Amino acid sequence: MKSYDLAELAVRNLRESVLRNSLTTVGISVGVASLVAMLSLGIGLQQLATRRLVKSGLFDTVIVTSRRDLRNFGGDDENRDRPAPMESPVLDETARQKMEKLPGVTEAFPDIRFITSLAYDDKPHLTMVAGIPESAKGTDAFDGMQGKFFSGAMANEAILQKSFAAELLGKTPKPGADEPPVAELAPPLLGKDLVMRYAERTTVESSAGADAATYSIRSKEIRLRIVGVTDLDPDSMRGALRARVMLPVKLVESLHVAQPGAMRDSTQAASKDPTYMTVSVRVNNPSQVQAVEDAVKKMGFNTFSMLDATKSLRRFFAILDLFLGIFGSLALAVASIGIVNTLVMAILERRREIGIMKAIGASDGDVQKLFFAEAGVMGALGGALGVALGWTIGRVINVATNLYLKRQALQPEQIWFVPWWLVLGAIVFAIAVSLLSGLYPAARAARLDPVQALRYE
Amino acid sequence: MNAGPADSPLTIQPAIRTENVCRHYAMGESLIRAVDGVSIQIARGEFVALLGTSGSGKSSLLNLIAGLDRPTSGAVIVEERDLAKLSREQLARHRLRTVGMVFQSFNLIPSMTVLENVELPLRFAEVDRAERDGLARQALEQVGLGKRLRHRPSQLSGGEQQRTALARALINRPKLLLADEPTGNLDSRTGTEIMEMIREFNRSLGMTVVMVTHERPLAERYAGRLIFLADGKVDERISQSLAPEAASEVQP
Repeated sequence: MKSYDLAELAVRNLRESVLRNSLTTVGISVGVASLVAMLSLGIGLQQLATRRLVKSGLFDTVIVTSRRDLRNFGGDDENRDRPAPMESPVLDETARQKMEKLPGVTEAFPDIRFITSLAYDDKPHLTMVAGIPESAKGTDAFDGMQGKFFSGAMANEAILQKSFAAELLGKTPKPGADEPPVAELAPPLLGKDLVMRYAERTTVESSAGADAATYSIRSKEIRLRIVGVTDLDPDSMRGALRARVMLPVKLVESLHVAQPGAMRDSTQAASKDPTYMTVSVRVNNPSQVQAVEDAVKKMGFNTFSMLDATKSLRRFFAILDLFLGIFGSLALAVASIGIVNTLVMAILERRREIGIMKAIGASDGDVQKLFFAEAGVMGALGGALGVALGWTIGRVINVATNLYLKRQALQPEQIWFVPWWLVLGAIVFAIAVSLLSGLYPAARAARLDPVQALRYE
Repeated sequence: MNAGPADSPLTIQPAIRTENVCRHYAMGESLIRAVDGVSIQIARGEFVALLGTSGSGKSSLLNLIAGLDRPTSGAVIVEERDLAKLSREQLARHRLRTVGMVFQSFNLIPSMTVLENVELPLRFAEVDRAERDGLARQALEQVGLGKRLRHRPSQLSGGEQQRTALARALINRPKLLLADEPTGNLDSRTGTEIMEMIREFNRSLGMTVVMVTHERPLAERYAGRLIFLADGKVDERISQSLAPEAASEVQP
């Protein structure tokens, strides 16, 4: 039989017992709807998490440390068969520039941090200072900041962490008490100046030979304008780790502040370049993190990225999606039993009709295909209806969640997403499940003995 | 009188030949010998009536010739093909192309209109939609139902239903028309109408007709030959060729 005729006959037969077949179709659509709703929420949550994490700027960063530094980040077993620490390259300016030229790298900036004294109102305060790159502006790390970001890469400006701002104003809360909000701390400080004292390291030409570099340390001062106060938690992974005063990284570099590791490296450094404890390499796109990490490892450095952490996060979402999918499919599995039942009932009811069709020349294949087509049509209808229903359910959940978030004075979030492949996949899946369910009834109908079927009243 | 393409039933290849054909089946403990060693020959263009009481095996024999059933042993050769050796698929083609059937209970599909019922075999034959429609209308004209195309079988009288079934049986231009008690559910006047129609097809189209009936007068009136069955066997004593009338019909 031609496929058009087949479809037409199938639809006609389905319309003959319209109630039963619509109920079966609704069963399929509920199954598909639960599958679509579950998966669209899973996908939506994953996208939400990814969006948040990408915006945090943590996932496009590779942290590079020297293998000479025995306190490796992520120092794990994989380092065992590598060269001994002392044979590893030095993490210096040359290496930094090389990393910056790797494909996919936006910038590579040294992680410069030091503890020094800053004077405000002629009162010295000891704290950790760190350089942060221009690009940090785009991340959400400074979402809650009062004031502005640095006006330029070399601006003599500083952004203060909230607790340091409180300290400067003498408002440090008692242990256990809440810190005053940023909005309260910022106004008296913004635009004011800080004087930072630091140890400058200068290279001295040595008479001992070209290989050796000699440094001298001098105490210097620089005047910095406070442009921003942030409520970034100094202990969080975001932004400058543990630093309470942030300066433009280029400015910090130009100051040649003596760093703790410099003493050790100076004994081995072949060049007069400054050496760094860590370099942060930012890539264009989180997907390139792995490639950049591999390239940096090849250069002989240790790397650490949050990608390692996201791997487990992605695994979590894969498992979540799997579970949501299985739960969603359960309803579809129940619905497929409904299809089997409906079609087996239809065989009993239409036994005589099958006999007639066979008597006037229908082959086993024709009868089988007809039942198959009926299952397929129910699957296609149920699938399409189910996608629409699932889409609606997901949307309602999304709207309801956002209403709740709004009432809690939180930002609305898109926690639900229906990609086109899910729409297509769900319909195809529904048809496939229906055809599978039609397998047994169709085979049974095809094998029906026409003589007995015609005798049946 | 027009004898169609059949010249002489004796000199050409028969349309149907059975050789010691048996159809046995088990019913519980006992073995039912529905057809038990029947050897008959039916020539092309012949009109044969199979007579017998209920359970004599006449319908079973007809089903074997129709290819609806397979013999337990023996051969059923229809149009030079042994049905016992055909695959299920080939048997379906035999029913589609070679055989047209009408039944006592009409066997129309109730959910389909008259037109759809008649064109159903053409769907199985994969005939194009446009052509199908024309052929079905033509067949319905032939049986005088050209005006009731959109009716459902339940809206028709018994005679009209049987005429629809006849149109459906003829739609694929089969060589054989097999009729199983075609007038059994009809009053005598309508029954006569149907029988006249079948005779007309036998004569004008040269179709071989095998009709199962238990009404001897009806058989004597229309058939050229009567074959009596009893307990699955041919009763040779009373089977007869209705020579004078039959001869006048097949030999001009």
